[in-house]
Amino acid sequence: MPRNPTAAANESAVMRAETRRRWSLALPALTVITLCSILPLGVMVAYSFMEAGQYGNVQWGFSLEGWRAVFLDRDFFDDSYIPATAHLTILARSILLALATTALTFVFGIPTAWFIATRPPATRAYWMFLITVPFWTNLLVRTIAIQEVIRADGTLNRLLLATGLIDEPLQMMFTNGAVLVGMTYVYLPLMVLPVYAAIEKFDFRLAEAAYDLHASRLYCLRRVVLPLMWPGIVAGSILVFIPALGAYVTPRLMGGGRAMMWGNLIDLQFGQGRNWPLGAALSITLTLVVVGAMVWYARRAAKGAETNG
Amino acid sequence: MKRTHTGTALAAGLTLLAQSATAEGNLNVYNFGLYTPPELLEKFSQEYDVEVTLTDFVANEEAIARIQAGGHGMDVIIVSGYFIPAYVDQGLLMESNPAGMENFHNIADQWKSIPTDPERKFTVPWVWGTTGVMVNRKVYDGDINTAAIFLDPPEELKGSINIVPSMNDMIDMTLSYIGAEPCTTDRESLSKARDLLLSAKENWASVDYPSFEKFINEDLSASVFWSGAAARVRGLNDGFAYGWPKDGYMKWMDNLAILADATNVENAKLFQNFVMQPENAALISNYTMYNNAITGSEAFMDPELISAPELAVPEELQGAAIEQTLCAPEAQDLYTRIWTELTR
Repeated sequence: MPRNPTAAANESAVMRAETRRRWSLALPALTVITLCSILPLGVMVAYSFMEAGQYGNVQWGFSLEGWRAVFLDRDFFDDSYIPATAHLTILARSILLALATTALTFVFGIPTAWFIATRPPATRAYWMFLITVPFWTNLLVRTIAIQEVIRADGTLNRLLLATGLIDEPLQMMFTNGAVLVGMTYVYLPLMVLPVYAAIEKFDFRLAEAAYDLHASRLYCLRRVVLPLMWPGIVAGSILVFIPALGAYVTPRLMGGGRAMMWGNLIDLQFGQGRNWPLGAALSITLTLVVVGAMVWYARRAAKGAETNG
Repeated sequence: MKRTHTGTALAAGLTLLAQSATAEGNLNVYNFGLYTPPELLEKFSQEYDVEVTLTDFVANEEAIARIQAGGHGMDVIIVSGYFIPAYVDQGLLMESNPAGMENFHNIADQWKSIPTDPERKFTVPWVWGTTGVMVNRKVYDGDINTAAIFLDPPEELKGSINIVPSMNDMIDMTLSYIGAEPCTTDRESLSKARDLLLSAKENWASVDYPSFEKFINEDLSASVFWSGAAARVRGLNDGFAYGWPKDGYMKWMDNLAILADATNVENAKLFQNFVMQPENAALISNYTMYNNAITGSEAFMDPELISAPELAVPEELQGAAIEQTLCAPEAQDLYTRIWTELTR
């Protein structure tokens, strides 16, 4: 093919135009990401390295005090540095609670999603509607509703008393169990929706084929059904785990505030504590924990794919 | 049919437009939630032909953060007495000089000067109240004028006590109980208070701003509580009584101030003067169930409110009041560390 400089020039001009067009098309998305994600995060990072203002807020001046206080407490009497064990306790509690919530939504969510996905297509929309209805309601209202069910004089206790199963109302409010019940209820739809989407796409002929090849029911579930549902389960778990880790309202209302979650600790520093740099540093710590967990998971998943493939 | 509806709606809309066009202006009020009687705003709006908008906040710390950020559009704000220095030191309040206003003489003498605004250069009284303890007398009928109700509780109350997550009030009352000064930086006293709170914690059901239902249904038998709120609870379950710990209870006043960057300054000043009028102060008391500081307002107050025992501090306990104060950063840091330890 003879060289054609004009065509090459044209081609590069076309490519430049193409690049420009792509950038301008991506611009709205980039603007939103910058404004809603990178900028606020940047502000938080900046705040965490500033000095606390006397009346809350921050004042100019570089300081590591905020970050110091995340990890190191000072002895009450001689001000010597000691590990901030209170923060560790609170973080551990938040992670455990988020993990337990994820596990419980999994236990209740999978059969629910399976049930819905195996209904005739005409009625599926109806079931999905029932799952999403509570989601349209304010979180606070939902939490107070579940409180109404489990409090001493609540629906559940009355039912148990009426049936004679118990003689005295059970004290369920303000316990770790109550927090877990509330969180599971609140986050359940986030597990059901992605898992449902995965099951709905499942081709049941594959299961039949597995049975034809003499697979047991358990083997079929483990080697055929679960791997195909896996992306839905992972998506659901991430969707539940992350907000559960930062949960604030539900633990406060259900747990009675005797034991803080990480979100309440952040609130304390920005509010009554008037220590914004510490609050900002605590927020970023939580973000880093989440990102760390995600990276760890992605690496493991990639490794798994390598060995399998 | 439909046409008439549209017609009426249009006409109504036009009237509204016309009204706001002829109104003398606007007034944007920034106050705690459920703390502003709608009748008060309506009355002001009619009297001065001003369109009033109300915005709620939950805590002083939240409100000041928004004011500091600027662009808030607010004209007047309610500031708790102890929190006034935070605003004044940062130049966030306008020196509107209420002391020179027409209705200033209505303020009861004890409230004409408050420690954080001694000459009333910035603020006028909204309501005042106390933070004490509320106990279900059917459960416990011993002495309730003591902080021991939540710090060293009697057997009957153990496990059904609530304390409120107002960190400073709780620690102030505890310090006072052990004979120390609020906002102290004395480590001995603070660690004593911390240990006392930690050992008392096992007797608490919750650290929460509880809904009234929890008392009406008797899920909780005792709580650190506010005078006005206690009066409300008693109205719904007469088993509850309110006590003022003789070892120290909190006394506070919320005040109305004009923001330094208010746009409707004249209306804001009118509003400050307006709430010092006895019948208007009575409206605020009737709605919030707290005392106001305006003499002559009793004539317009609900009779049940005037006779409410919660609002009348007994003579012999008046000296035990602790003025809410804004702790210096060092003390505040120690308070926060105690609170973190307590609720870890």
